[in-house]
Amino acid sequence: MATAQETVVLQGHIIDSLILAKVLDTIHMLGGTYDVREMTVGASRKDPSVARITVRASSAKLLEEILAAIQPHGAVAERESDCAIEPAPADGVLPEAFYATTHLSTQVRLDGRWVDVEGIEMDLAIVVAQKGAAARAVPMHAVKKGEQIVVGRGGVRVMPLEPPKERDVFGFMEAQVSSERPHGHILADIARRMRALRDEPSRGKVLLSGGPAIVHAGGREALAWLIDQGYIQILFAGNALAAHDMEADLFGTSLGYGLAAGRSVPHGHEHHLRTINRVRGIGSIEQAVKSGVIKGGIMAACVRRKVTMVLSGSIRDDGPLPGVITDSLAAQTAMRAAVSDVGLALLVASTLLSIATGNLLPATVPSVCVDVNPSVPTKLADRGSFQAVGLVMDAASFLRELARELGWKG
Amino acid sequence: MSRLLVCPPDYFAVEYEINPWMRLSNRVDRERARAQWQGLMAALEKQAGANLERLPPVAGLPDLVFTANAGVVQGRRAVPSRFRHPERQKEEPHFERWFREQGYDVTVLERDLHFEGAGDLLGFPDAWFGGYRQRSDIRVYERLSNIFGRQIIPVELVDSRFYHLDTCFCPLGGGELLYYPKAFDGYAQAVIADRIPEQRRVAVPEADALRFACNAVCVGKHVLLPDGCPETTRLLRERGYETHPIVLDEFMKAGGAAKCLTLELDQPVANSQ
Repeated sequence: MATAQETVVLQGHIIDSLILAKVLDTIHMLGGTYDVREMTVGASRKDPSVARITVRASSAKLLEEILAAIQPHGAVAERESDCAIEPAPADGVLPEAFYATTHLSTQVRLDGRWVDVEGIEMDLAIVVAQKGAAARAVPMHAVKKGEQIVVGRGGVRVMPLEPPKERDVFGFMEAQVSSERPHGHILADIARRMRALRDEPSRGKVLLSGGPAIVHAGGREALAWLIDQGYIQILFAGNALAAHDMEADLFGTSLGYGLAAGRSVPHGHEHHLRTINRVRGIGSIEQAVKSGVIKGGIMAACVRRKVTMVLSGSIRDDGPLPGVITDSLAAQTAMRAAVSDVGLALLVASTLLSIATGNLLPATVPSVCVDVNPSVPTKLADRGSFQAVGLVMDAASFLRELARELGWKG
Repeated sequence: MSRLLVCPPDYFAVEYEINPWMRLSNRVDRERARAQWQGLMAALEKQAGANLERLPPVAGLPDLVFTANAGVVQGRRAVPSRFRHPERQKEEPHFERWFREQGYDVTVLERDLHFEGAGDLLGFPDAWFGGYRQRSDIRVYERLSNIFGRQIIPVELVDSRFYHLDTCFCPLGGGELLYYPKAFDGYAQAVIADRIPEQRRVAVPEADALRFACNAVCVGKHVLLPDGCPETTRLLRERGYETHPIVLDEFMKAGGAAKCLTLELDQPVANSQ
């Protein structure tokens, strides 16, 4: 991943003289990469040409070396300005012209130096520290009156995503989503990454954000197995996934349907309410598991494996279960706090949760979005990241096939 | 008829070291230098038939004699040099004043845009070549291209002994190029080979190049070059040139020879393309 970049301008008779070729060759030979951002070719031989070239290197030191090597050939750094800042007019309100972030790594220029924006995610603003050279992304609601907010686009630059080194589905994806493509090799690549992350926890955690369809459709055992085997460290879900998972444990139904028999059970629609009520009586999901009331399934596996769990509420929730965060902003904050070291995200069968989670993740995190409705993976893929893979697939089939790839015998 | 700017060597000496040829210990014999310069002038006027304009010499400016570095002239427009070394920057006002006194339309370059005149900018009617990396800054050629309305192809000089383009590159009246390829980097060699067909490229051997064979003055079919360049002389004669070997070893102590001692003043304006 490139960490340093500078845009240079080269002009004159740079094509016939092979000066452009020499500059590009020099960048490459010294270990840098480049993008020719703009190229204006002179209309006739006597007219000069102009090229704007962004040079990237793995370190600031290497970038300096490259710039020093190409400067004698006429490649001069483009004049850049510091980013403009304005104070936030009130708590939770940004200046009119605030800069809205993308999910790509971003830098702002402060006192002539490019500084990385910490905690980058989609659709936030950038706040600059009052003292020292530091900047971080901040959600609108969290901004405090008087904080220095970056406005306009000058002095802000977004680093394009470098293709990942792994030659797998995440590296080759062009953000296409299709129900007509074979899934087998994609699942194999996801499984390979999950195994690598489990074996080497320092490379990041696996996050699963999922909806209740996982339980309804029969993916509960596979997901519980994946959690038990240590393949998933973070779970984002809502009230329903947790309620139906525990309903299945207590009553063998999901929203009243007998999971084994496959037909509705008399008064079965009450089961999830009785489940929620039982857990509310106990006080917490964790206690329900530890006391032995809830013995198996997703929640039990999460408690046993100490999975970080964020359950966020929605407007149609029953109960809700204890631990469900009903304040959306508080839920967003809790999710944000949990994603800092995610190395792979599985976004399964929940439209709003998938999009909310996708927006919290930097583009560098490989994400898989699974839904039977093609519009959900499409929405995620449209974030413009080629590390987002969309699978049009039933949630249970996905989890079962994935678990089998990893050794599940179910 | 060629019109050339020259400057008598009254104050010529080696008083500093700014190229690998200059050695303070290698003192100039000024009488010999004067005689050699007179020999070159006589050959230019009487044999090649050139007209000479004389710039008055200035005490304390030993290199003013190398008028190739005064600037570049095309038609009535002159762009005076911006020397890289402070030792020679003192020459700039004298060259600039001379251009103004002669009624040239003078364009002055920014202070930090180094350019050493016809020492680094030479060419053919369709394209000029600009030497860079040793003395002139590559960025100057875009400016000069706009000023003169010509294509200027920058070529990188990679051997400090050939610190100006005119020490290794000499366009001839018949469209041939006399040059020493190893003074250029690979890209420049490729560009020169692309622009000038093989039958018109005359590569001089290293021994002759180090005798400043390429620092020659060509007037029509006459080529005036330093003596002691037998292979170059033969190559030129094969192509129908009349060669005039001139003894110039006193000037070579300062890293210059025939071409360095002259500036072409009658360069025609570029044809519009």
